Amino acid sequence: MSTEEVRNQIMWNRLISVLEEQALTLVRTAFSTSVREAGDLSAGVFDRRGRMIAQAVTGTPGHVNTMAAAVPHFIDDIGPERIYPGDVYLTNDPWKGTGHLHDITVCTPVFVGETLIGFFASTAHVVDVGGRGYGPDGTEIYEEGIRIPIMKWAERGELNHDLVNILRNNVREQDQVLGDIHGLAASNETGRRRLLDMLQEFSLPDIDDLAEFIFERTSAATMAALTPVKKGVYRNQMTVDGYEEPVDLVVELTVTDEGMHADFTGTSPLSNFGINVPIVYAQAYFTYGMLVALAPELPNNYASLRPFTVSAPDGVILNAQEPDPVSVRHVLGHFVTDLCLGAIAQALPDIVPAEGAGALWNFQASARAADPTDLLPPVEMLMFNSGGTGARPTLDGLTATAFPSGVMTMSAEATEQVGPIIIWRKEIRENSGGAGEFRGGLGQIIEVGPTDGYQFEFSAMFDRVENPARGRFGGEDGAAGKVYLDDGSPFSAKGKQIVPADRRLVLELPGGGGFGDPADRDPAAHANDEAQGYVS
Amino acid sequence: MGVRIGADVGGTFTDVVIELADGSFESTKVLTTHGGPEEGILLGIERIASEHGVAMASVEQIIHGTTLATNALIERRGALTALVTTQGFRDVIETRTEGRFEQYDLNIVLPTPLIERKDRFTIPERLNARGEVLVPFDESAAAEVIDTIAERGYEAVAIGFLHSYRNADHERRFRTMLLDRLPDISVSISAEVSPQMREYERFNTVCANAYVQPLMASYLFKLAEELKVRGADCPLYLIHSGGGLVSVETAAAFPVRLVESGPAGGAIFAADLAARYGRDRVLSYDMGGTTAKIALIEDYTPQTAKTFEVARTTRFKKGSGMPISIPVIEMIEIGAGGGSIASVDPLGQIRIGPHSAGSEPGPAAYDRGGTAATVTDANLELGRLHPDTFGAKDITLSPERAAEAIAAAVGGPLGMDHHDAAVGIAEVVDENMTNAARVHAVENGKDLAGFSMIAFGGGAPLHASRLLDKLGLDEMFVPAGAGVGSAIGFLRAPFAYEAVRSLYTRIDDFDGAAASRLLDELTQEAEMFVRQGTDAELVVERQVSMRYKGQGWEIPVRLATAEFDDFAAEALGASFTKAYEEFFGRAIDDLAIETVSWAVRVASVQHHPERLALTGATTVVTAPTTRPIFDPVTRETVESGVIERESLEPGDAFSGPGVIVESQTTTVLGSHHVAVMQADGTLLITRGGTSASGGERL
Repeated sequence: MSTEEVRNQIMWNRLISVLEEQALTLVRTAFSTSVREAGDLSAGVFDRRGRMIAQAVTGTPGHVNTMAAAVPHFIDDIGPERIYPGDVYLTNDPWKGTGHLHDITVCTPVFVGETLIGFFASTAHVVDVGGRGYGPDGTEIYEEGIRIPIMKWAERGELNHDLVNILRNNVREQDQVLGDIHGLAASNETGRRRLLDMLQEFSLPDIDDLAEFIFERTSAATMAALTPVKKGVYRNQMTVDGYEEPVDLVVELTVTDEGMHADFTGTSPLSNFGINVPIVYAQAYFTYGMLVALAPELPNNYASLRPFTVSAPDGVILNAQEPDPVSVRHVLGHFVTDLCLGAIAQALPDIVPAEGAGALWNFQASARAADPTDLLPPVEMLMFNSGGTGARPTLDGLTATAFPSGVMTMSAEATEQVGPIIIWRKEIRENSGGAGEFRGGLGQIIEVGPTDGYQFEFSAMFDRVENPARGRFGGEDGAAGKVYLDDGSPFSAKGKQIVPADRRLVLELPGGGGFGDPADRDPAAHANDEAQGYVS
Repeated sequence: MGVRIGADVGGTFTDVVIELADGSFESTKVLTTHGGPEEGILLGIERIASEHGVAMASVEQIIHGTTLATNALIERRGALTALVTTQGFRDVIETRTEGRFEQYDLNIVLPTPLIERKDRFTIPERLNARGEVLVPFDESAAAEVIDTIAERGYEAVAIGFLHSYRNADHERRFRTMLLDRLPDISVSISAEVSPQMREYERFNTVCANAYVQPLMASYLFKLAEELKVRGADCPLYLIHSGGGLVSVETAAAFPVRLVESGPAGGAIFAADLAARYGRDRVLSYDMGGTTAKIALIEDYTPQTAKTFEVARTTRFKKGSGMPISIPVIEMIEIGAGGGSIASVDPLGQIRIGPHSAGSEPGPAAYDRGGTAATVTDANLELGRLHPDTFGAKDITLSPERAAEAIAAAVGGPLGMDHHDAAVGIAEVVDENMTNAARVHAVENGKDLAGFSMIAFGGGAPLHASRLLDKLGLDEMFVPAGAGVGSAIGFLRAPFAYEAVRSLYTRIDDFDGAAASRLLDELTQEAEMFVRQGTDAELVVERQVSMRYKGQGWEIPVRLATAEFDDFAAEALGASFTKAYEEFFGRAIDDLAIETVSWAVRVASVQHHPERLALTGATTVVTAPTTRPIFDPVTRETVESGVIERESLEPGDAFSGPGVIVESQTTTVLGSHHVAVMQADGTLLITRGGTSASGGERL
């Protein structure tokens, strides 16, 4: 039995290693900024019933269980009798994939001989899907780009040229998008071959027994991690700025012997714009928040994700249905982690941090000639920027660091090399962390302006300008964000606007909330804050 | 050839190797002296010279590598240093990438910036990406900052301005003003230390250089002086992270280039062996007490990179350290050494490392108070190590302590006896190293099929035959002197310097003249440094890193020429496409291609060592003694042969299951492995029936 035990462990490690190789290759070849800088991709292996056995550890929690839920949809929609060796499937359906059209999920069945033994799936954020382009302004999914239902990219090894043709005629950056889809398919293929090698090396007919071993182990560990949480019902409510009006996020979290259930009844109704969230994406950030608090060492698979369930009535903003627009579902989605952590904080006062800046302050602009008679080529730009995270029960918050997103920022020099932009300032925002025994992480101040005869057409989507991150257990709130032009003229935190050629846009990113009474702060820590100029 | 000495100062031991006039090597180990770092190495050099009757005056060359710079960065024992940077960018080294290196840890602690915020100053000045001035350098503001630097008594200053890799004028002006006022202060400018695009990496690199410079300069000059006092009037050279030699002066000016020089020596050692045996694709596997390091060597040259990470705070976790952008021999390092500690995680999985029991108290088997179950303990339990013949450390291993520790840490929690738990520990650490090797190969766009392995360091030969099987490789070499491989590698290193600078261009708008000019400048710069050490014939290699527009990763493309004609753009594009296909399997048509950084490496011509023919098996030897050892092939403990490496003559073939023992390590053979002793003392190991090309089948 014990040799079997070690063998199973080794094979489990091997599966994860194969998936990491796969994810790494995707990161290095991807064209999408969010894939390479944010790890906005995932790769997983599934059993023949579509249950996820293992997933590569990548940078973003957004795919934590969205992709895991996708493979059963592939099996149902393709139809078990139409799954052949050499097939490759894909979709970008927000409700069957990962929540918006920009994520393409590719799924490849694995056969031993004529027997289906499992699937590989991978997801990546692509540069463009046509429609209006990436932004919240579409009022129906149809405006947000091409929607590919679950279908065959290849059948028995034959590429579906009609589909390639349709895509080529419906997206802006054809080569990059098709390049990324080919990359996803190729990475699944690598995974498939490696898995077959592994089966041979270990003399296995299939992966069913290994899957059972992994599920059984994970399930036991997940339940053990949940045991210390007092059973009961926990509630939290959090107001954020939203798009056209403030959004109340409400959760009722029920902890039972079987797991945790988040119900979002009471949350604000749907927006007219693409900030709505398919519930599978809200579930991802709920699950991430609970796992990071309770069981950070657990791997993501069918068994670790199964105990975390969600529900919401129709018509709330965390339960978008087709044809609701969902393009930038990450903005509110990212707040779901803080919302749910806030609920469970009552049960886990020594673990859960204060609220943080939450949503990223992405700088997303279309640079166009300031003088329309100039024949300057259009340039699209994207920068990720993060405010401060909430203070922890025993540690200060993190300054200018993404949470719960796994995003990283880009080099200012590299950004200036590829677009008509000058980043005049990118510095810590002093005094922006909420005071507390432990201080909230500081935000940052960014000043950017166009150059070389361009102006920016700017689609603003900045949150926590009206509703700062709240402190916890006596900690003070973090500073709210601010948005304006350098001559002092106002600039709305939401919606389409222009940054003229000679102006700079100033962004003051929110800080994180403090934790505990500021009077209890270690004097040495306070003195250091002053010496370093974090606090003045 | 004259007598040469190589000295590798590590964290615990200093290895000194002497190459005698007949080309043979001898070595000694002394304790590293942290108080006065030159004392240990001087002691070692004098000792080995006297042991072999060599007068200090007759030593022709001393080559030195040290972890002193690395340790100063890790332990934060550098100079009081100020950073002066562009207004608006005071916090670049603190806000880092804005990411979390560990997604699933709420209590993550980000590394403290090397230079604190209160020691960072800004000056109004600004260049754009083309190196043109947007905001002129503000002299009066600069003068005020210099006043503050003088008042506060900084010992070193790092200067890093935006886009200085394109135009170093402002950085130089500030340095001139500073030195006019404070002539004795130590100054580093980013345009000289690391003229590569990406401010976080460049600023960190210049900060690290400034931070360790006073310490390193003082150490190096003192060492050179002391060697002269002791009669060694020969040149002293330093090995750098890129695997080449530089003068003491260059090392003192750019001490950040000395970081990771020890591991570089190991890779050169392996590359040299690869050349001797004509193996053009090699996986170098070095395993010591705390880590395993894996590097790829092609065409007898280790793979290099332009950036790496030092001083990881969460051990070995990518992103938890500070990036250093200088040319470096690329390797992957994981927490898998003899001292790595085994545990069971909440999933009931055996985990190895990253924590290590170190040498004090060491593995449980050392019986010095350590209770952690380590890889060494498992090797003892499995019979691979013997209680009485372990290493040269005057340590008798205790199988009882090892068994207890293994039972407590792994056996108990998993309901296994200690023997099965030891099997599990060995299997997991082997699997970890195998996976690291695979991922490293993928990261470099390589397939390991057809690679040979070279295993060295005290731990590698114990595990190498299992890795050989797991990776599906056909042959491996276990060289003699494996325990002091780095120091021997130093003696094989060329004089070499790599100059790198960013010049962003689009291939469809390629300015061949500008690129040629840049390559010329880089060649001159690199040659100047190399000429400080040698008059030998030089070889120049040029490289450009390229990508498709829209991508974030560059891949290196070797340039055949520095002269670009009208067809240069097309040729560059074709070279890139070819390299891309090698990396990723397929190229993409019709996409714009960009260049990011250009590099020139100038090195003294390395005369490849004389090619050694493989010695075929002539005599089958049987072991004089046997003991029960766990066979990694059949997964059973069987009575296995034990033979002294010293007793093997060239042509002797020894078949597993068994072990070949020597003072520094033990080589483990599974039941289908065969070792054949080569003429130079190297062991060639293959699987019986899959004998390597050139080797004779038994």
